[in-house]
Amino acid sequence: MTCHPTRNPFTHSETAAVGVAVEGLSKSFGHFEVLKNVTFSVKPGEIFVLMGPSGSGKSVLLKHIVGLERPTAGRVTVDGRDAAAESTREQVRMALVFQSGALFNSLSVYDNLALYPREHRIANEAAIREKVMRALQILSLEGTANKAPSELSGGMKKRVAIARGLVMEPQLMLYDEPTSELDPVMSATIAEIIATLKEEYHVTSIVVSHDRELALGIADRVGILMGGELVSLGTPAELRTPRDPRVAEFLNPKIDLKHPRFKKLET
Amino acid sequence: MNQLTAILEGIGSTVQLLFRAAFYTPTLWRQRARFIEQCYLIGYTTLPIVAILSFFIGSVLALQAGYSMSNFGAKQFIGSLVGLSMARELGPVMAAILLAGRVGSAIAAELASMKVYQEIDALETMNIPPARMLVLPRLAAVLVMMPVLAIIADLVGWFGGALISKYTQSIAIEPEAYFSVLRRFMEFKDVLNGLIKAEVFGFVIVLVSCNIGLNTRGGPREIGAAVTKAVVTSLILILVLDYFVTKALMHLQS
Repeated sequence: MTCHPTRNPFTHSETAAVGVAVEGLSKSFGHFEVLKNVTFSVKPGEIFVLMGPSGSGKSVLLKHIVGLERPTAGRVTVDGRDAAAESTREQVRMALVFQSGALFNSLSVYDNLALYPREHRIANEAAIREKVMRALQILSLEGTANKAPSELSGGMKKRVAIARGLVMEPQLMLYDEPTSELDPVMSATIAEIIATLKEEYHVTSIVVSHDRELALGIADRVGILMGGELVSLGTPAELRTPRDPRVAEFLNPKIDLKHPRFKKLET
Repeated sequence: MNQLTAILEGIGSTVQLLFRAAFYTPTLWRQRARFIEQCYLIGYTTLPIVAILSFFIGSVLALQAGYSMSNFGAKQFIGSLVGLSMARELGPVMAAILLAGRVGSAIAAELASMKVYQEIDALETMNIPPARMLVLPRLAAVLVMMPVLAIIADLVGWFGGALISKYTQSIAIEPEAYFSVLRRFMEFKDVLNGLIKAEVFGFVIVLVSCNIGLNTRGGPREIGAAVTKAVVTSLILILVLDYFVTKALMHLQS
């Protein structure tokens, strides 16, 4: 499986990576506080991996960055613009790879990928075709162009969603669990693609993932979110020797059959 | 109190959606493929059931009119009764009710499932406004197709009435007599009146169904709830608007 594009079909000449700043972000749904005063920033061109247990608010945080959710308190800016403002999406090209894929079920895989350039009249049909086929090829999906999303497996849907993001030639690419449901080789391929995009096209990437290999392998910095709070922020090297015991356990959970965790909870 | 705020919120978001879709009207030409697809779905696929229902409405009108009017020797006026009732009231209302059941429900189901499965979120992050891609073509299509459906409902209803008038023994009026009375007592403004009503109903049904679909929250179960809500809201609005639009049109024409 090859995944190193030899030339550069995925950038505009004017593309510049953008920085993201999250300042004192809090979000509550009713009385339930999902994010508590989260502050961090992502530099242009950086790969930032956000890890954390399920339900720690990672996906909600991503939604704030693309402007699908509004903060209860605090502020998120993308390239210095308020992420919640509609105009930000017009000025900054952002692609979010949803955990479920969120493919358009009424369109074929090809039309899913071609939708963005067609709607924004970025290129003519021939150029769109070339871009779409290139993106499908990178993710080993050539055979699926004319299939409906319902005919694909979970892992294929995820790859199509990533391909759809690539075709958008984004300045900021966000991935929500890009390697869950994928086999180890495909996971590694996705990690390589994320890293390649950064090196060759200078895209800012924010990756939400449980995948430790991916985080330590490609991240410039890793943030760990637990119970809505950012408990750790540092380079992968720093993360190998975590100070916080919760982080240490999260990254290296030992399977202890003599003292199982679920029994500790009961007492 | 909660229900009241929900209703007000619904009205507010529907009006907002209308303005958003209207803002993108200039993009309609390049979305013509979607517009034509929606014309097909809204108009062509609804046509058979509109025709069947109108035929029987026209028939039963003639039957009932024949029964009551022959008591005082006025059965030769059946044509005008069926003609006016169909054109001014039943044609548009029946077409609208079928549109709510067939098209309103389908729109709500489609948009609600797109919302639940995050397709609407994906569109928004791609900076493709749902009001432009999903709502505008449907609104434009219903504006074009609804008068066509109403005219067909009128014609088929009149024809149904004529057929029953001829072949029911107690009525036995020839189609020539039926249609000549129908033409004598009807004016173009009666038909126009009905078409305006149909246009209002159709537009409101599609707009409300789109809004309910797009505002769905939660899981797959909410898709069914959205469909029910869209159909029920549409039916209530048809009957309430029917009164007010009729009143307003009478006021304008007098």
